[in-house]
Order: sequence, then C-alpha cells, then structure tokens
Amino acid sequence: MGKKGIETLVGLFVLLGMLGLAFLALKAANLGSFGGGEGYTLTARFDNIGSLKVRAPVRSAGVTVGRVTAISLDNKSYQGVVRIEVDRNVQFPKDSSARILTAGLLGDQYVGLEPGADEKNLGAGDTIKQTQSAVVLESLISQFLFSKAADSGSGNAPATPPAAPPAGAKK
Amino acid sequence: MPSDPPNLSSDALIEIDHVTFGYDTSRTILSDISLRFARGKVTSILGSSGCGKTTLLRLIGGVHAANAGTVRFAGEVVNAQDKELLFRMRRRMGVLFQFGALFTDLSVFENVAFPLREQTDLSEPMIRDIVLMKLNAVGLRGAAPLRISEVSGGMARRIALARAIALDPELIMYDEPFAGLDLISMGVAANLIRTLNDVTGSTSLVISHDVPECMSISDHVVLMATGGRIVAQGAPKELMDSSDPEVRQFVRGEPDGPVKFHYPAAPIAQDFGVEAGAAP
Amino acid sequence: MTNPLTLLGQRALRVLRSFGHAAFFFVDILRAVPEAMRRFGLVVAQIHAIGNLSLIIILASGMAVGFVLALQMYYALVTYGAAESLGLVVNLSLVRELGPVVTGLLFAGRAGTSLTAEIGLMKAGEQLAAMEMMAIDPKARVLAPRFVAGIVSMPILAILFSAIGILGAYVVAVLLIGVDAGNFWSIMQSRVDVWRDVGNGIVKSAVFGVICTFVALYQGHETEATPEGVAYATTRTVVMSSLSILAVDFILTALMFSTP
Repeated sequence: MGKKGIETLVGLFVLLGMLGLAFLALKAANLGSFGGGEGYTLTARFDNIGSLKVRAPVRSAGVTVGRVTAISLDNKSYQGVVRIEVDRNVQFPKDSSARILTAGLLGDQYVGLEPGADEKNLGAGDTIKQTQSAVVLESLISQFLFSKAADSGSGNAPATPPAAPPAGAKK
Repeated sequence: MPSDPPNLSSDALIEIDHVTFGYDTSRTILSDISLRFARGKVTSILGSSGCGKTTLLRLIGGVHAANAGTVRFAGEVVNAQDKELLFRMRRRMGVLFQFGALFTDLSVFENVAFPLREQTDLSEPMIRDIVLMKLNAVGLRGAAPLRISEVSGGMARRIALARAIALDPELIMYDEPFAGLDLISMGVAANLIRTLNDVTGSTSLVISHDVPECMSISDHVVLMATGGRIVAQGAPKELMDSSDPEVRQFVRGEPDGPVKFHYPAAPIAQDFGVEAGAAP
Repeated sequence: MTNPLTLLGQRALRVLRSFGHAAFFFVDILRAVPEAMRRFGLVVAQIHAIGNLSLIIILASGMAVGFVLALQMYYALVTYGAAESLGLVVNLSLVRELGPVVTGLLFAGRAGTSLTAEIGLMKAGEQLAAMEMMAIDPKARVLAPRFVAGIVSMPILAILFSAIGILGAYVVAVLLIGVDAGNFWSIMQSRVDVWRDVGNGIVKSAVFGVICTFVALYQGHETEATPEGVAYATTRTVVMSSLSILAVDFILTALMFSTP
C-alpha cells in the first residue's frame, strides 16, 4: 500500500465522517428546520412560564416560526422574561399576543404567537405587550374547588359529586 | 551551560571515571568502575551475561545517568538530563543493537535512511546515494527494497550496522554483534567491524561474550565479571596467555572454576534424603 | 516481617506512583504532539491503521444495534400508542449514549489492543531504544502520531455508528414493521437538537478517544518485554479502557443531560 494510497483512504474516511455528521445534523436533528435567514429578537413577560425551556419552539397557527433563546427573572417585577428569536421573513403586528401553550396532552410547552390587528409590526428588540401565562395545574384545581365551594355556599347540596356539566356535550 | 571544547589532546574517546550505577537501590550493577577507551581502536568488553556490559553502553549513550562518577565522551561529560547535549553527542555515535532493532514498519532502504532523514537536511538523491553506499559497505546493496520481515537474522544485523554508520559516527558501539550467528556470518561480521574501524578511523566498542571473534579483531580487551567488576584488561594476547584462574576459565570456556557450575544449593544428601556413603 | 497493613500501604503507594508515572507520560505525549503534527504523514498513516481498519466492525455493529433498538423500542412504545416516536427514541439512544460508548468499547478492543501490542513489541525489540540512541524522541515519532490519530478517529467512528444505526432502524421500523416514514423522520427532526444531543455525543466520543488511546499507548510502553507481558498488557488495555469509558460516561451524561 503506497503512501498515496493510504492518504486517499484516510481522506475517504474523513469525508465519510463529515457526510455522517451532515446526515445526523440535517436529517436527524433540527439544524435544517429553522428556515432561511437570521432572526430578530422579541421579548415577552409572563407571570408564570410554566415548564417552558430554552430552545422551545415559537409557533403561530401551529407553524414553527422561531425559538426561545433566553429565560430570566426580572428581579423588580418578579415576572418571567422570555426572549425569543423569530424568523426574519415573518412579521407580527405590534399588538400581537404571546401565550404559553402545551403541545398535545402531555407534551412540552411552547410559545404561541397570535397576530393582532395593528398596522405597524414588531421590530427587533420590541416587547410583546399582551401575554398570557402558562396554565398551572394546581391553580386550575384550586380555582375549580373554590368555584364549587362558592356554588354550594349559595344553597345547593354539596353531596352530589361534581360532574362535568352535560350541557357542554349537548352543544 | 556551555560545555568545554572537546579535549583533542587526550587519546581516550571515552573516559569512565569511578562510575557506580544500579537501576534501583537493591541491585548495583556497576560499582566504582574506571575505564578508558582509546580513539581509533577496537576495544572489546567481554564477560558473562548479566555482568553489566550493556549497562555500560547505556551510560555512555546517556540513556541513564550514573549514580556516582562521570562518563566522558570526547572530553565532554555525558549528562543524561541535558537533552541538547545528548542530541549533539548521539549524532556522533552509532549503535548496533542486539538482533538489530530494525524498524519493522519500514523497508530496508527506509531503515538505513532513517537517521539521515531525521538528523540532516540532505536532498533525496543524496540520501539515496548514501544509503546505497552504506548498504554496499556491508554487502547488502541488492537488499534495499526488501521488507524487514523478509531478511534473515544475519542480514538484519548487517542492515542495522549500515544504519548505525549512516551518519559516519566517531564511535560505533556493538551490543552482542555475534550472538546467534552461524560461523560464516560471524566471520563476516567480525571482518566488517575491523575493516570499518580501520577505513573510517572511528572508534569501535564491542560488547560480547564471544571470545575467539573478539580476540581476533580487538586492539584492547576488557574482561568483566558479575557485579561490574573488572577482572583484567590488556591486549588480546596478554589475556589469552594469562595465568589468572578467572581469566583462564573465561577465555578457555571451562565449565567449572572461579565461576562455579552449581548454583548455590543445600548439600545434595539433604535434598535426596540419603546419608552420605549409604547404600541405595 | 510484613503484616497486611504494610502490604496494603505498599500496594497503595505503588498505585499512586503508577498514577503519577502515567500523568507524566501523558504530559510528555502532549508536549510531543506539535512535532508530530509537523510530520503529518505519520499521523495520516496512523489514522489509516486505527480508523479505516476499524470501519467494518463499527459499521456492522452500528447497523446491528440500529436493527435491534428499533425492534425492542417498538414493542415498548406501541403499548402507549407512541410507535411513531420510534425514530426519535432510536436517534437519541444512539447519538447521546450508544454511539460514543459502544464505539468506544469496540475501539478499545480492536484498535487499543493492536496499539498496545505494537508498542509493546517495538519496545521488546529495542526499536524505541534504538530511536533514542539516534537522538530521535520516540514519543514524538511513534507515540504522539498514534495519539492524535486516535483522537481524530474516534469521533468519526462514533458519528458513523450512530448514522448507520439510524438508517438500520429506519429499515426495520419503516420497511419491516410499517411505522410511517414521514413521522419517523419528522418527529425525530423536531425533537433532536444538534448542539445538545449530537454535539454532546461528539464531545463524549472525543473524550473516550483520548482515554482509550492513552491507555493503550501507556500499557504498551510500560509492558514487560516478554510474550506474557504483552498479553497481560493488552488485557489491561481493554479492561481499563472499558471501565474508564463507562465511568466517565456516567459523569459526562450527568453533566450534559441532567437538565431536560
């Protein structure tokens, strides 16, 4: 095996490695799915971010348009400050709202953007004014129990087990 | 620290001055040895296995540092810690290892070219010429393209010799050059050692326990015994005619004498459970 | 009169001394790396010996592991109706853990032992001493090129292991079992993060490469110049490399993947 032969084989080996890496990065991971071009940064403040994590997707109408880049706590207002990076090709009106939603029943949480009606769009560095925090299970339960207690306090027998109102199903 | 300029007026290329050395504190291999190796001469160090001959070679080459005493090469002290100094000194030494120590992943040509490629900036055509010249000197110019796995033991020894002299060193050290060779190869090797020495004017140091070959080619012989003790030294004829029992036993190859045949053991009667003189 | 305590103490001291010796050896090799890089042909030749020649076993194992993972995970996921996530599960298992670790173990067995044996026999044949006497540092010429080659080869091999594992899982999942191809890839793509999962996996395999190659070179260099010595040294290479990989993997995983 001459020296040139060995060099060729090693070159092939390294090339194979790079191809494998490209495959893993593009086809098997999320590198290619961000879309074209750089993004711009927006900020949103939430009272509770739930289990939102950095690199969680930002979606509008279900389509991923960005990623969460940083999460921090504002020490003065005690609000969660979430920085997101949105695809440059997608613009949102100034009065758009941001909510923290859950993907599927038990899935990860993501930021959902709903467009507003303003003529002017959000620019780089702007803050989204309308936000809705994540749903916290405990608050939901206590809210439910509290409302049930309030109902029973106005006269109804509390013995009946609280069943989901069938009225909703009939609609 | 700049070293002193080589002492050209001294006729001893190597001076070993009251050197004591042991690999660890429990075993001292050389104790208080003093030797001088004359320039331009073939000196042999004879002795049975394990008497410290190879260790001496290592000390001269600066592989180990002596525990006490100094080793001087061409007037400069061999300091095993000084890499720069060792580098310069080793360029002037060639070593032929036992069994050759050729690089098994290179061809014959590449092996001999190795020191030239590593130590010099010579061009490829020049290197080729020198390699073929050296191989020619040992009679193996035709073997240049072979792989190391294809050469015999005697050939390997000669190739290693070609490699050792590639840089035309002032000192060539041979570690057991005759071990394991047939008579013809031994004769070839001995002849090569002597001729090389005379033609190039270098100094040769031969470590061996092969008495006839060494006696035939050496100018000076040193006989060592186990424990690093110098038994005798002098011209070959002096040692052959010596009346010292230790020297006689070694040069004549007598099985028993000052070096005992039996390894120290309990009395034989004790081991075999019989009384001395009793009938079986 | 040696009592057990003295023996234990001596043993402990010897272990400490060998650690120190190994640490010095490591530093010496690192110091010799720049010079080895200048002789890049040597490094290339070693990448061939260490990397190329390991390709077959790595690719075969990767494919086999991919097949088996797909099968096993399918049976676990289908009970929860989550069979569509098969691609994701296989990918994460390979890229985060199995790729680096299994490749590391195979590497220790195939390349590590051959390195140990080669260096051990070179030492036994006095080739290293011969080089020293020719004023050439054997660490720069023999050991450092092999060290660099090992560090370069391991991540490449681990990447190829994971890649072919995913492809093998695709074959079993989509072509044999009938999982939907589109979901197989899209769920995988949406949940596997390049930097966190693939990147960390590569970091792991680089670390394992350093460990395996160093252990192999050290054992080869320190072995006794006898047949039993070399055999014992190769065994030690495999055992020490494997145990170190598993231990370091635990630490790295805890560091890299503890926060979801």
